[in-house]
Amino acid sequence: MTVAPAAGCTDRAVLRERGQREVFCGLTGIVWLHRKIQDAFFLVVGSRTCAHLMQSAAGVMIFAEPRFATAVMEERDLAGLADANEELDRAVARLVERRPDIKMLFLVGSCPSEVIKLDLSRAAARLSERYRPDVRVLNYSGSGIETTFTQGEDRCLASLVPELPEAPADAPELLVVGTLADVVEDQFARLFSAMGLEGVRFLPPRKARDLPPVGPSARYLLAQPFLGETARALEERGAGRIAAPFPLGAEGTTLWLQAAADAFGIDPMRFRAATAAAEARAKRALETHRAALCGKSLFFFPDSQLEIPLARMLSRELGMQPTEVGTPYLHRQHLADELALLPDDVRLSEGQDVDRQLDRARAIRPDISVCGLGLANPLEAEGLATKWSIELLFTPIQGYEQAGDLAALFARPLARQTRLRV
Amino acid sequence: MQLTVWTYEGPPHVGAMRVATAMEGVHYVLHAPQGDTYADLLFTMIERRDKRPPVTYTTFEARDLGTDTAALFQRTLKDAHDRFRPQAMLVGASCTAELIQDDPAGLAKAANLPVPVIPLELPSYQRKENWGAAETFYQIVRTLAGAVKERPGDEPATRRSGARPTCNILGPTALGFRHRDDVAEITRLLGEIGVDVNVVAPLGASPADIARLGAADFNVVLYPEIAGVAAKWLKRTFGQAFTTVVPIGHGATRDFVAEVRRLAGLPEAEVAVAAKPASNLPWFSRSVDSNYLTGKRVFVFGDATHALAAARVATEEFGFTLVGLGTYSREFARDIRAAAEGYGVEPLISDDYLDIEQAIVAAQPELVLGTQMERHIAKRLGIACAVISAPVHVQDYPARYSPQMGFEGANVLWDTWVRPLVMGLEEHLLGMFRDDFEFHDEAKPSHLGSGARIAAEPHADTAMAAAMAAKGAPADAGDAELISLGWLSEAEAELKKIPFFVRGKARRNTEKFAAERGLSEITVETLYDAKAHYGR
Repeated sequence: MTVAPAAGCTDRAVLRERGQREVFCGLTGIVWLHRKIQDAFFLVVGSRTCAHLMQSAAGVMIFAEPRFATAVMEERDLAGLADANEELDRAVARLVERRPDIKMLFLVGSCPSEVIKLDLSRAAARLSERYRPDVRVLNYSGSGIETTFTQGEDRCLASLVPELPEAPADAPELLVVGTLADVVEDQFARLFSAMGLEGVRFLPPRKARDLPPVGPSARYLLAQPFLGETARALEERGAGRIAAPFPLGAEGTTLWLQAAADAFGIDPMRFRAATAAAEARAKRALETHRAALCGKSLFFFPDSQLEIPLARMLSRELGMQPTEVGTPYLHRQHLADELALLPDDVRLSEGQDVDRQLDRARAIRPDISVCGLGLANPLEAEGLATKWSIELLFTPIQGYEQAGDLAALFARPLARQTRLRV
Repeated sequence: MQLTVWTYEGPPHVGAMRVATAMEGVHYVLHAPQGDTYADLLFTMIERRDKRPPVTYTTFEARDLGTDTAALFQRTLKDAHDRFRPQAMLVGASCTAELIQDDPAGLAKAANLPVPVIPLELPSYQRKENWGAAETFYQIVRTLAGAVKERPGDEPATRRSGARPTCNILGPTALGFRHRDDVAEITRLLGEIGVDVNVVAPLGASPADIARLGAADFNVVLYPEIAGVAAKWLKRTFGQAFTTVVPIGHGATRDFVAEVRRLAGLPEAEVAVAAKPASNLPWFSRSVDSNYLTGKRVFVFGDATHALAAARVATEEFGFTLVGLGTYSREFARDIRAAAEGYGVEPLISDDYLDIEQAIVAAQPELVLGTQMERHIAKRLGIACAVISAPVHVQDYPARYSPQMGFEGANVLWDTWVRPLVMGLEEHLLGMFRDDFEFHDEAKPSHLGSGARIAAEPHADTAMAAAMAAKGAPADAGDAELISLGWLSEAEAELKKIPFFVRGKARRNTEKFAAERGLSEITVETLYDAKAHYGR
């Protein structure tokens, strides 16, 4: 498959806005990360607000004895720093005693802990000393002042990179980076293996003890667009990035797999043999939704950084028309292949002033607005169909077999609009 | 630091949001970092509001901290005023902004806006959501309720002849448990008594309405957690008396009516009126099918107002036995302690769900009345449960009319609390036919059709047991496993023939009985000796 010569939005100006942002902070990433790494625990050091956020975001899962918690700072903790460290040690001791199955503990920074400059990296080092070899203690920040939603995962994975074992110099390996649903990960592993790429590893791993090696011989392929820090940390370890669009839709998945195949010198015939059937299946699945979605206009409010890859997939593979594509942060280099494939009349925006952006959406009146839960019902009440964006993080959407499901997520609100007679 | 997974209340600025969102023409500017907007979805998703809450967040980021966050606050305030044109504004800080000490009050004064700007001091590291709501409402009332009243309101006799007495209804907010329907029910009830409602606040009130509060003869406080402070100030300022009875349950509603009559200067009700009960609860409760409810053990937990009301209704109107009473509202600990003493139970004042879980395991109730959290605890322990208090989930903001208060509220309580229990006849049949093949511990509740219960996550149980052990509680999830402590196999088999919803109680009674008498093994005899000793 050949890609059209780079045009699209490569050189398009981006509207940068500052003002109120209607987004989650990075702590929210814990909701899926703690299910992915099965023996990790996430301890947020923060305020009651942080605990309340986790509870609201995690909904009902909070009662399944989740592997996350908040050490809620109280007035005494704000009085003096030495005391705060002792308090933290006590909280961690209680936790480790209660949950002996935990192998990795993340101390997650929040706005309050960052503002009072509580040094969690030193605390993590100190506690790692104390609990080795049973528990490894790491630290990253998921605070709102530094991270938006999925950037929490980025910081978490970046904190893992220094812990990865050194890869042998003579065996080039492929490392796939970014949390994927287990079912998607398994599909990708089978596809790589069918094209002759053995021993592909994934970051994050499902078990904390199962960290993939990395080194100058390793190549990494990003499965998610929000991993700027993680990529930088991997490059510091000598690994090289394989540039590719992201594996959304039939075309996106093929281009993504192809980039890896080319980097490892896989024979094109073998690549086609490994992927042709699945790609055809994905295209058939997309076809069933095409009639409903073709020509429909789209508006993306910023949320997860998945907006640009999604807009590319929905426009090229289903004929939808993105109007404004907002993203909380635009990593030019990682999204270069995506931007080249976007229609050239799209307005790109980075950051947010939510009231101004709502004015623009109301002026356009798009057929579907992709937005967070704070905006969805109010927009529906104004007669605008919405698709809540958080579902795109909690649902398997990558790869061939999920292409139809991804299209269905966008077809459903429109179908609902036509069915309802009340 | 307090290790927390579940929190019964949010931070105090969420309480302020609940008041701002309830009102019309008010806008709240909150000095807060990116991400604190998560609270919007409580209103848009859980309560299904069709508008964004009237809150603007300054959304400062790390790079702003070195510079002028104060200027950012002022800019946000001015933009919010220009865009929304509210009649009054609230300004305050979330937990993070409290640490950077920008003084929203002073900054708002300097901005010199043409509307009243009410600064809120909400200490995030000491206080919680309900306190925040109460403080916010109090500050709004203080600032906006006109300073002078023509006549002191405690002399209804001086009212213009022929005019009906009036009251304000205080306390309902956004995200309140059943506040929408409670207000409708109580407004109707007051109308029947002959009392008109002057203003309902904060729910649905504008700043102009708040300014009219002083014109009423007295105040009805529906939710003391939220309106208590404001009501006391109104009493000091305008001499308005306020109601102290919360009308939840049939008896409390009647007491409330009597109290309202007294405050409104209306004559005592005719006895004839009281002869026919206004709710179905009394007759339903006296009908013979309800006999089996007598003495059922109930554990009550929630906010103080709803817990106290539920304790009274459960004991006086359902004939249950109260085996536990608690609240997460520390501000009302004294009331709960006094009530618990009256019922002869141990009061539980805690916001740590593990404490509550432990207390429920220890009390072995047959029904739990609590919050969303207790619903999950009860589910795990296999105990019937109904929700009586916030925090609640989306299903407890129902489409249908479902007040908790007033006579219709009593009907709602009856249906809600009885529904999760095994029906009386079923209970008897289970005693008769002990190994019922369709109905046993593993079976799903009968109203869900036949089939087996889906086991909870195994690791959740072990984690739970570990958590209990860490707290020094018996590692026992209700009836999940038998402690092999001296039970002979025949006795264990006999125990299994006892209907599962009372089996845990029987087991504990037997073990206690054996321990007190120093018996090293438990036989079938021991089981029946204990049964005879303890009664049911």
